[in-house]
Amino acid sequence: MEKEQDKILNEITQGDYKYGFYTNIEMETFPKGLNEDVVRMISAKKKEPEFLLEFRLKAFRHWKKMKMPDWAQLNIPEIDYQNIIYYAAPKKKPELESLDEVDPELRETFDKLGIALDEQKRLTGVAVDAVIDSVSVKTTFKETLAELGIIFSSFSEAVREHPDLVRKYLGSVVPYSDNFFAALNSAVFSDGSFCYIPKGVRCPMELSTYFRINAANTGQFERTLIVADESSYVSYLEGCTAPQRDENQLHAAIVEIIAHESAEVKYSTVQNWYPGDKNGLGGIFNFVTKRGICKGDNSKISWTQVETGSAITWKYPSCILKGNNSSAEFYSVAVTNNHQQADTGTKMIHIGKNTRSLIVSKGISAGNSQNSYRGLVKVLKNADNARNFSQCDSLLLGDKCGAHTFPYIEANNSSSVVEHEATTSKIGEDQIFYCNQRGISTEDAIGLIVNGYTKEVLNKLPMEFAVEAQKLLQISLEGSVG
Amino acid sequence: MTEVLTYKDNKLDFEDMFRKSEKTNGHVASFLRSFREEAAGSFIKSGLPGQNTTKYKYLDLDGLFSREYYYRFQQEIVHFDINHVFKCDIPNMNTKMQILLNGFYYGGQDSLVELQGGVKCGSMLQAAREMPDIFEKYYSKAVGKANDGLVDMNTALWRDGYFIYVPKNGSPGESLQVVNLVLSERNLFLQPRNMIILEEGAELNLVVCDHALSRKLSLSNSVSEIFVGANAKFDYTVLQNDHNSASQINYNFIDQGRDSRVEGNIISLHGGLIRNNHIVKLSGRGAENYLGGLNLTDGDQYIDNYVFVDHAVPDCYSEQFFKGVLDDKARGVFNGRILVQQDAQKTQAYQKNNNILLTDHARMNSNPQLEIYADDVKCTHGATVGQIDEEAMFYLRSRGIPENEARMMMMYGFAEEIIKKIKIDSLRERIEDFIARRLRGEMTRCENCSLLDR
Repeated sequence: MEKEQDKILNEITQGDYKYGFYTNIEMETFPKGLNEDVVRMISAKKKEPEFLLEFRLKAFRHWKKMKMPDWAQLNIPEIDYQNIIYYAAPKKKPELESLDEVDPELRETFDKLGIALDEQKRLTGVAVDAVIDSVSVKTTFKETLAELGIIFSSFSEAVREHPDLVRKYLGSVVPYSDNFFAALNSAVFSDGSFCYIPKGVRCPMELSTYFRINAANTGQFERTLIVADESSYVSYLEGCTAPQRDENQLHAAIVEIIAHESAEVKYSTVQNWYPGDKNGLGGIFNFVTKRGICKGDNSKISWTQVETGSAITWKYPSCILKGNNSSAEFYSVAVTNNHQQADTGTKMIHIGKNTRSLIVSKGISAGNSQNSYRGLVKVLKNADNARNFSQCDSLLLGDKCGAHTFPYIEANNSSSVVEHEATTSKIGEDQIFYCNQRGISTEDAIGLIVNGYTKEVLNKLPMEFAVEAQKLLQISLEGSVG
Repeated sequence: MTEVLTYKDNKLDFEDMFRKSEKTNGHVASFLRSFREEAAGSFIKSGLPGQNTTKYKYLDLDGLFSREYYYRFQQEIVHFDINHVFKCDIPNMNTKMQILLNGFYYGGQDSLVELQGGVKCGSMLQAAREMPDIFEKYYSKAVGKANDGLVDMNTALWRDGYFIYVPKNGSPGESLQVVNLVLSERNLFLQPRNMIILEEGAELNLVVCDHALSRKLSLSNSVSEIFVGANAKFDYTVLQNDHNSASQINYNFIDQGRDSRVEGNIISLHGGLIRNNHIVKLSGRGAENYLGGLNLTDGDQYIDNYVFVDHAVPDCYSEQFFKGVLDDKARGVFNGRILVQQDAQKTQAYQKNNNILLTDHARMNSNPQLEIYADDVKCTHGATVGQIDEEAMFYLRSRGIPENEARMMMMYGFAEEIIKKIKIDSLRERIEDFIARRLRGEMTRCENCSLLDR
């Protein structure tokens, strides 16, 4: 039994990264290094208005004074911030009318990723704002959205066309001084997505962006800003794959969400960046600041994430529940294998009355990986009747990995109820035995159990994503048991 | 000999204190010198632990130490028999009592007392002189490299404390009781250092009570090392019931051998500031550790429990169960960390922390943590902060029980889950009585102690 399990474990956990390929597109890059001139150059290159340059410079000056945080349960090799290219753009930026005009090589990249633009456009009704290495290449379905007054564009386009909106909301949830990586991003962010849903509009389709890191040695500094005005609704998807590289690549993104009165934003991510090889060589460093604010009464923000990639993940999608009766959800599946490290979780800050939050986190560790949940639930003094329930489960596959849980509860209101539960265990031998006995192979049995274990979270993903997420879990884990 | 603990420019003037302390320290067992010097060096380097460390995130140590305290290098000569003015009044509690007065063993220079079963107890300093072999074998072994400024400070400066030794398969036949008395005209800084050794197969029940008899400020930084050998059983109850000018930081380092069992209950009813550090190392297979804690706090009190359980070997069991009721502007912190090392398979570890907040000014921070490097384990933790169950309240009230009474019953039931584990009947009854009175808002002090309030 044990031997068979080991065999399966080896087969599965040593499978190579399926999306490791590299597209040769002509790139325009800046020299390595970061200083005020580079910040100015990025801004100039993108023909940005004065206020944005000011924002970048302020952030840069603040960043210089900051130190890289070391409180996470992570072992981060030293990063030389002067050895990174801070701007890379496909040289020709075609302004295209139809998909046919898109560079065929680029199209192929998307095809390999299984997100062929044309097919998606026709079949799934998903508008895709495809981002390759920082500059938005093609935005589809724009017209359909425009009719409803929805703005869904690349960040730089939004800066050009809707500077007032950008100015109003940029940095309002994640200020540039928030943390080390947020400051870095604010100084050098290259591009990203901007989304605005006007009053009373229910976005008819899932908005989706595929991020992709392409050229070697380019940090990707995305910036996403989603604003949902009164009584609007939007479901936003973000998915990531990255080609195989040997040198660690840095990714420090920011996502800001603003939900006004009675608005609802659903944000889903499947993250499958290159995790490094079996010996822990290479892989992406994913240091992301994601935060949403339920600004108005009765608003709702929901984060769903499936994390399978990256060598190091440092990510805490958070919610500030400011409006009365607002609610927030956080669903997460984090899988680590080989030498991956993840320190991920959420923060729920209850400010308004009758606010509710729910946290469901499922960690799975295998190989030599370390997987931590770190979460904060804070109930402020005036948050009457605030309610939180957190559940964090960890599953250990193999005896060389680690699973850690670090919840922080800070309750400051006597009518609030905060509950936290966590368990750590491995798949029971009795469960496997039960399945075996009924003719289900060990590998399938583990697949079944992991699937059931993560179902609560996967169910929250939009359909298109749920399929991909399940595949990813299978690739990363299925069959591995200790 | 008395010195003032000075604090200026956001720094404790420790070096000066240490130098003065060393000058008068000639008579102490010489092997301790290297420990003192090493600890002093380490404190000078690190200073007080700051709030940037997770361990001391919620406790402002600098603020605590910036008040003026006197530190005594020697036992103060008291002109009266403490046994005449202090007598524990818990009825039928047959314990062998030892007293620490202001951090010094009362009757300090006397030789160790020998009890039934070869059990020895007495002054820590006297133990170092009288039984050097045993003392040297154990001293500082549980503390090891604690990497904690406060522990280093204690190691560098301690002058006395209590010592209990239970030989192989021995048992004193009755419970031992240690009473920490504080009686002074001035603000005092105390640094007792205690050691409890249970050899293989030994048994010991211990009750520790704190009684500050004077209203002056006091700050105690105590370190206890507890060694529980193979198959030994150690049961202890700590009753913390001090007034609000008393602040205490306690470190209990527990090292457990194979198949040993330790059960502890920490009941904190009063105290201006209480910080308990329970640091448990399960170093023998099959060791079991249970730790229960109950705190009822009100006013401006602050209670902080830090638990660290290190599962270093397979087949061990640990459980922590802490409960708190916070009233007025009280602040509570629970920080529990379970570490399961890579080879510690078949570990079972459970951690639970439940709290009730009674007002909007009370605050609770709960931080249970699991750090697990082995796969065949069963570990859970849970934490809640909330109120009394309204449905249960409704149930009681619908049966004609007045609201106040019902609330009291519910809170009493909440507390009872911890208290029922206390094994000494008379002590449990006394604590139950304290809690019932405490929940009604009455001051609860042992009668004889309150007589001495000045």
